[in-house]
Amino acid sequence: MFFVRALTLAVIALNVSGNFFLDLGMRSEGEIVSFSPLDYLKVFGNFWIILGVCLLAGWLVCQLSLLSWADLTYVLPVTSASYILLAVLGVVSLKEHVSAAHWGGIGLIVLGVIVVGRTRPRTAPGDHDEVP
Amino acid sequence: MKWLLVLVIIVCNTCGDLLDAFGMRQHGHVRDFHPSALRRLLRSLAHNRYVIGGIVFMAIAFFALLSLLSIAPLSFAIPATAGSYILETILAKFVLKEDIHWQRWLGAFLVAGGVAMLSLR
Repeated sequence: MFFVRALTLAVIALNVSGNFFLDLGMRSEGEIVSFSPLDYLKVFGNFWIILGVCLLAGWLVCQLSLLSWADLTYVLPVTSASYILLAVLGVVSLKEHVSAAHWGGIGLIVLGVIVVGRTRPRTAPGDHDEVP
Repeated sequence: MKWLLVLVIIVCNTCGDLLDAFGMRQHGHVRDFHPSALRRLLRSLAHNRYVIGGIVFMAIAFFALLSLLSIAPLSFAIPATAGSYILETILAKFVLKEDIHWQRWLGAFLVAGGVAMLSLR
């Protein structure tokens, strides 16, 4: 169980930091709404976007590893704890406005994380190993 | 335009998560995170068609997210893209055969409700 919890924390931390730096980089790049991949490749010269992408690559490895131990219906709600950290980062660093409805939504997400976090991580068939 | 991007992200995230979960169940537990073990893991996953398919869907969702971030704030973009919780829970029950008891349903609805509130202005 400790291993699953440690992986969950790594998934949350890498997701939050990756998306934060991605947002920081995109703010200096202006609007991009295009079907051409070339328009998106241009933004990869931005240091913050490269850092965000590297952190999100680490997130992908940790997320896949966590899925090898736990159900999708366990992983998704539990790792949604990243929303509360994103909201706090948005307020503190990016000066985004977070309304009362937003904080209410974050409260519901936290409750969902707590409820699902108390369940057994793996229920799917075809898995005979014990979760450490 | 931003809601169209949200729809693309939800559909691609759902397909990507289901394929990744199925592929990683086939792969077995990942226990070792040393650099050499990670290289072996990446080589192994490069031959897992479900994980590759999942990553392709996630890449599409990622580029749609980049577009969304260029026209909407982070506090709208990230939570709004998480509207797939209920859809993924239903598909996990029938496609992945997960045993979804009431706590999982309650958790999925609480998170989805929270996400809906995050979309309010």
